[in-house]
Amino acid sequence: MTQTATMSAVSAPPLIAMRGIVKSFPGVWALRGVDLTLHSGEVLALLGENGAGKSTLIKVLGGAHRADSGVIEIDGQAADFQSPLDARDAGVAVIYQEFNLVPGLTATENIFLGREMTRLGFVSREQERRRAAALFDRLGVTINLDIPCRRLTTAQQQLVEIAKALAFDARILGMDEPSAALTSHEVSHLFGIIRDLRKRGIGIIYISHRLDEISAIADRVAVLRDGVSVGLRPIGDISRKEMIELMVGRELKDEFPPRSVKIGEPRLVATGLRRGRAVRDVSFTVRRGEILALTGLVGAGRTETVRLIFGADPREAGEIRLDGRVLAMRSPRDAIAAGIGLLTEDRKLQGLVLGHSVRENFALPNLARLSRGGFVQLRREREEFGGYVNTLKIKVPNQEQRARNLSGGNQQKVVLAKWLARNCEILIFDEPTRGIDVGAKYEIYLLMNDLAARGKGIIMISSELPEVLGMADRILVMHEGKVTGEIADARTATQAQIMKLAIA
Amino acid sequence: MIKRTLRRILSDHGMILVLLLLCAYFSVVTYSEQSPVGEAAAGQVASAIKSQFGKTPRVLIVGRDQADDVAFTNKLQATLASTGAQVLGVVNGEPKDARDALQKTAVSGGKLDVIACTESTAAWLVFSDLKGDFPSLGAPQVLKPKSYRWPNFLKSENLLNIANQIAIIAIVAIGMTMVIITGGIDLSVGSLLALSAVLAARIIRDHAGGVNASPLGMTLACTLAVIACGAVGAFAGGVITKFDIPSFIVTLAMMLVASGLAYILASGQSVYQVPNSFVWLGRGASLFKIPNAVLLMLVLYFLADGLMSRTWLGRYLYAVGGNRESARLSGVPVRRVLLFAYVASAMLAGVGGVIMASQLKSGSATYGNMYELYVIAAVVVGGASLSGGEGRMFGTLTGAFTIAVIQNGMNLTNVESYTQKVVLGLVILGAVMLDKIRRRQ
Repeated sequence: MTQTATMSAVSAPPLIAMRGIVKSFPGVWALRGVDLTLHSGEVLALLGENGAGKSTLIKVLGGAHRADSGVIEIDGQAADFQSPLDARDAGVAVIYQEFNLVPGLTATENIFLGREMTRLGFVSREQERRRAAALFDRLGVTINLDIPCRRLTTAQQQLVEIAKALAFDARILGMDEPSAALTSHEVSHLFGIIRDLRKRGIGIIYISHRLDEISAIADRVAVLRDGVSVGLRPIGDISRKEMIELMVGRELKDEFPPRSVKIGEPRLVATGLRRGRAVRDVSFTVRRGEILALTGLVGAGRTETVRLIFGADPREAGEIRLDGRVLAMRSPRDAIAAGIGLLTEDRKLQGLVLGHSVRENFALPNLARLSRGGFVQLRREREEFGGYVNTLKIKVPNQEQRARNLSGGNQQKVVLAKWLARNCEILIFDEPTRGIDVGAKYEIYLLMNDLAARGKGIIMISSELPEVLGMADRILVMHEGKVTGEIADARTATQAQIMKLAIA
Repeated sequence: MIKRTLRRILSDHGMILVLLLLCAYFSVVTYSEQSPVGEAAAGQVASAIKSQFGKTPRVLIVGRDQADDVAFTNKLQATLASTGAQVLGVVNGEPKDARDALQKTAVSGGKLDVIACTESTAAWLVFSDLKGDFPSLGAPQVLKPKSYRWPNFLKSENLLNIANQIAIIAIVAIGMTMVIITGGIDLSVGSLLALSAVLAARIIRDHAGGVNASPLGMTLACTLAVIACGAVGAFAGGVITKFDIPSFIVTLAMMLVASGLAYILASGQSVYQVPNSFVWLGRGASLFKIPNAVLLMLVLYFLADGLMSRTWLGRYLYAVGGNRESARLSGVPVRRVLLFAYVASAMLAGVGGVIMASQLKSGSATYGNMYELYVIAAVVVGGASLSGGEGRMFGTLTGAFTIAVIQNGMNLTNVESYTQKVVLGLVILGAVMLDKIRRRQ
């Protein structure tokens, strides 16, 4: 396979060639002269830390951003994408991290939005529906085609995105972290699709932080660092360790920091939590100094469970005690007051106010403490946040930077700073390293260990099994709203053992 | 550092630039001949007489029978008397009266050095041939205040007039800014304004002694009217937050309810049985000739700006508008914050109603018609985003003034009112587009 791709590359002009692509944003040089070629029937993995410019590059390719300078050629012909529509007409489809779906429309309507199948001028719903069902069949999933997309899970929405791109037979497919929200089961399906597309001569640019996936699917690897391309090699010529080193620009020892924490008495005790079909009689305990992993397939009810603990949704039954005291939580405000913090899975929609400054975002749950007589003490606020910018190594030009302009890793650090400043006793991390690069991941792991060492209780939701095994002291596996198993000593657990419980 | 501050001011208050340009434009097109009137004219003429005719000139003062001219003649007479001049006569009336006065002086054999006139009386025919008509007077000179060139627009009365006209809309816009920053809208402010005006007037009429009401009684009546509006706002805010109904619909309903209540309370008429002193708030001016309503507006703006930019409550308002779910998950009491915004908006509409009742010395249910649209326009022109999370108090004030300046400028340049509407609409659109383009850069 790889062989043929390389062969055809020699004869035909590349499917796409990007040369000297430069793009800047206020205060940030996102790309400073990136070259990239993609051949027909090739999977090119794009690697890089957060803020390295991967997402920007793929947005330039998809016509969502216009490059300040540089050339894009398709089949050797210069192309100028003024809009995503131009890119689509040229056969380029990009699936972005942020979904491009109309929340109120069904999966079918979204897939055919703007190019509806018509008969005599009327939308032929039946035809569209059959086509959509066929697409999802090919993805090996079933999606409810009758409900609005907003009611689908994150993973299902992602699948709709993929189906949407497949629906108009793009020749170039960009995927920005397509697997981030998928379970390993769904990911292997996706790989099946990708291999199928590759066989049909489609060129694919694949962005992911999961190095295992890249080794499994990519033909070549391009590594970006600080907006410059620092390496472009066939997958056979590069080791996992080399990929990481190219990304971070230094040698890296371990993916997970070592930890030695003494686990103490129970701190958070949840019993008989219930909410609809999502959470069905869930009980568990988090002890002092412990990292409890909550894992399972997407949609198993993990996020829904922690939202009950955080008071974000009302619970139908169940009791929550913190240090023996029963908590009557009716809102996140109550939970925060009791000393619970939640780092949400979706930082952009639930963790941050994107249009506001990072400083204001940081201060939001801490305003009462930072205020005197109703007035926010700006100096204290700046000093305190400045401290976290230093200790967490948050990359921001200044504190007034809007949260929107930060990379995923830095956004997550701002959210973390928010809760660290609250000095929470129980911290809940929902997919803490989703969409975050290796370097920042390690820093976040270190912080979680540090928090545990200080006697906090930590709940970590993660779909990445290596992360679960590498970080957790104890593992709870959920399936369809129920706890299907507990692995008391995570050190002895295996991925197979977890998967068996997760599929139940 | 200076450059950055300047840029921040420009990006926060880019509309100020537009406002200044508008002011410059209207200054240029209304640049015209000005003559001082009243006491200012008197002072000028007095000093002219003193420098030209020395200590003891013989003077006749002529003005028309009008407030300005009476002020002129009185002031001039007093000034001249104090400097030792001899005022032989003061006329406030018709040319005929001036002729009589001249005749009288001539008959009594007196001489006259100066006839001090206002701009208009100096042109009277009676003074055109004094040598021929009254040779015995000894060739008196007709003096009038010196004219100068100055834009009508920039006259201090006109500027105060603009401020006074916009004060109500600007005050109501404070609350609207808060609501819009939270991502909502309040369509009920115009009706609440009417309700408040009627309520205040009725309480004064029925319970505070009508035309003999005491200042305390009037204050209480106005306070009650504002509180009643606040209660309506609390109800609207409660429905919006409790049932999660869009604010557009809830406040649209409240707009009808409040308007209907105002008509019921006023029995479809205007309530005017209030004391003369009731106009103190709307028409009075206590400090440096600045109207009280304008002072109140400025005080409220400084308070509101402090609230929005310095307090945690202000931060909460921005956060709720910026991302409601993020704010909720960060421990912001979203419902209470929203409730505050709607109560504040309603109460400020109430304050606007009280001021309008005071300005017009009556309360009527017809007040505030369409005001919600002008208020929203002021907020939006001022740079707030209707999707929430963005906007500045002084931006709104700038927006309100922009609208007022355009209206006033068009009045001064004799643009008729139908055209004014067209222009105003286009200008609002242009201002918002300009703001959008500036932000994109």
